[in-house]
Amino acid sequence: MANEVGTEREAFGLAPTATGQRTVAARFVDRPVVWRLLSIILFALIWEIAGRVPVSFAFPTFSATAVAFAEMMVSGELPKAYLSTLQPLILGIVLSTVLGVGLGILCGLWRPGEFMAIPIFIVLQAAPVAAFIPLVTFVYGIGIAAKTLAVMLLALPVIVLNSYKAVRNVNASLLDMCRSFLGSQRQAIMKIMLPDASPVIFAGLRLGVAAGFVGVVLAELLITPTGIGDLITFHRSRADYAEMYATIASIIALSTVTLIALQWAELRFLRPEKRSAAR
Amino acid sequence: MTIFGFRIPIMASLIVWAILWEIVGRLDLVFLLPPFSEVLGAAVDLVQTPSWQTATVTTLRSFVVGMALSIIVGIPLGFLMGRVKVADDLLGMWVNVFSSAPLSALVPVLMILFGFGERTIVAAVFLFSVWIIVLDTRAGILHVSPSLVEMARSYGASRKALYGKILLWAALPEILAGVRLGLIRGVKGVVIGQLLVAIVGYGALFETFSRNFRMAQFWALTIILFAFAMVVAELIERVERKVEYYAGAR
Amino acid sequence: MMMNMAAARPLTPQPTAPDAIVEIRGISKTYGADVEALRNIDLDLPRGKLTSLLGPSGCGKTTLLKIVAGLIPPSAGTVRVAGKLVEGPGPERAFVFQDFALMPWATVLRNVGFGLELRGVGRTEREATAHRYIAEVGLVGFEQKYPHELSGGMRQRVGLARALSVDAEVLLLDEPFSAVDEQNRRKFQEDLIRLRTTQNKTFIFVTHSIEEAVYLSDRIVLLSPRPGRISGIVEPNIDRSGNPDDIRRDQRYLDAVEEIWQGLRKYVE
Repeated sequence: MANEVGTEREAFGLAPTATGQRTVAARFVDRPVVWRLLSIILFALIWEIAGRVPVSFAFPTFSATAVAFAEMMVSGELPKAYLSTLQPLILGIVLSTVLGVGLGILCGLWRPGEFMAIPIFIVLQAAPVAAFIPLVTFVYGIGIAAKTLAVMLLALPVIVLNSYKAVRNVNASLLDMCRSFLGSQRQAIMKIMLPDASPVIFAGLRLGVAAGFVGVVLAELLITPTGIGDLITFHRSRADYAEMYATIASIIALSTVTLIALQWAELRFLRPEKRSAAR
Repeated sequence: MTIFGFRIPIMASLIVWAILWEIVGRLDLVFLLPPFSEVLGAAVDLVQTPSWQTATVTTLRSFVVGMALSIIVGIPLGFLMGRVKVADDLLGMWVNVFSSAPLSALVPVLMILFGFGERTIVAAVFLFSVWIIVLDTRAGILHVSPSLVEMARSYGASRKALYGKILLWAALPEILAGVRLGLIRGVKGVVIGQLLVAIVGYGALFETFSRNFRMAQFWALTIILFAFAMVVAELIERVERKVEYYAGAR
Repeated sequence: MMMNMAAARPLTPQPTAPDAIVEIRGISKTYGADVEALRNIDLDLPRGKLTSLLGPSGCGKTTLLKIVAGLIPPSAGTVRVAGKLVEGPGPERAFVFQDFALMPWATVLRNVGFGLELRGVGRTEREATAHRYIAEVGLVGFEQKYPHELSGGMRQRVGLARALSVDAEVLLLDEPFSAVDEQNRRKFQEDLIRLRTTQNKTFIFVTHSIEEAVYLSDRIVLLSPRPGRISGIVEPNIDRSGNPDDIRRDQRYLDAVEEIWQGLRKYVE
């Protein structure tokens, strides 16, 4: 993010030096990587201090957590848990993507579908559907099917709504242009609508993945714990707080890394600099 | 999100779904779905029971306190990040990470830090809602037209005047949008918190109903909760619309 | 020879001039219950000439153009192009959009060839045609660029090349240079004059700029607003065969501009 007019610094006259005369320090400080690293170090430091000054007896230090994480990776405890957790997550997301994008596009193009389906998904997205997750077990038991459904319950609405929005908000001028050059309805959908809608649809997928992570964590904490949820509750019951925190931190880290990777893919392949960013 | 303001189609469609629900319930097609009319009846009965009323008070209390905290902390933090680049560089990453992370995973941490009571729920509401408030406030501040700031400075505005008379108002549409999204997340936070803690408020009620297969009451509670979330969001959106008239010309 | 307002053509339908490629009869357009955009337009547009539709905002000139293009249905009246009734877009007409309407995810080459792509023309032939018209509008070297890498003026050239590629008889241009800066606009206008010597097409041009209309047109149709009606027709009759820079100092140009302005100024006062 370049220095902007309107920040405190600019407003109070501390403008940067003229280009070409940036000091080495200034140029160094401008690189976002530096700030990210500093940020992480700062976070780790605060955590470490908070752990030593006992905020609570149940608050391990950053270093203790890091050690616990390393141990659990080496012993295979963590990887094995992930293997179990990732199954319903990936399955649920794949199903949500296929169903969600299809349904969203359909609703965008077909009024009756829009009328019936979209309000339901709006309610599902805004409302705390977590309340339904225990209910899922009555129908699907406590196995992978239930957890996959929990993932879908959270991921599907956001994917559908984004795909729908993307198709509804296609650039009208481009559609006019296509019609003026005698494009058929099918050509308009394939050559204009879908390419124009892809960035928003992809952004929806990204949000869907984030929601999927929430779904699988909830499923494992609310339905019978397996995988990561099991590790969390197990270590909590044994007061191994460092291990518990390490597990939690790992799933948050995994979620974050996955989302960043998706964002990178979005920028690289869909080139949103050419169009307004999706929300 | 203008879809939310799209009143008529939503109402009409939900009525159709309610009718379908009634039919499915009558025909006893799905074990979990009693007729819609029965659910409505259960809702009417439910709101008169003391257990529901206590649960609602508990839930609302946690919700309001948690939201108040996230607004009091979130908006100033958003201001800070929008105005001071260093703060933005340091904190930006974390705010973004937490706003899209599976925060439910952190609730067990809250439980061991704050115990099994209301404080955990308040903390959960805060945790779920604060990040989006920070992000949207920050976005609002960043979008304030630089000319507006220069204008204020050129007429000799003090720091306090700049913040209170210009920045707050110019960023208000985005701030309100952030609060609205924060409210929705806060409702999720209170429900998830209570589901995981399972001995307070609505979470306990949900647990009881589902365990004893009292489906009509389960759905009644669900509808009440969902309706609350939608109504609150709609109210904020009304306020947003009142403010939006100047959003285009900022 | 120019005509002043008093001697402008009457509004009753004329016997069809032998060289009218577009015949507009009784066109009206009303939006909703009470927004009358156009009322009873009768007009003939001559083949091979550049005719401008000129007027202040709200006079319905873009609406009329889009009706001729077949993009908007009229509320009443008919349009014939080359004798055929207009019921939608057609291969004999090509439209150039005010906001360029370029696909941001496609290269210049693909954008120019898009009209042909929609008709099912094969790739090699399509690209060959596209290359030809890219050269015609002066964009050689930019074939693999994306719209966001081009300036506004260049993007409009892409739009123009696309319209030329489909080899339509009538080119409809909707304020094509209004989103382009002044210097580029002048260059464009010069290029358009030059283009007309090589492309034997009919141009229908919508603009709100009096100078642009007089600079470019063989005939100017003046429209008055609310509701849109023809208030006059002017033929500047300027000799454009010489240096384009001389046109703006030609006495006939200056007189025509002044005359039109005097006629239109009442709509902004």
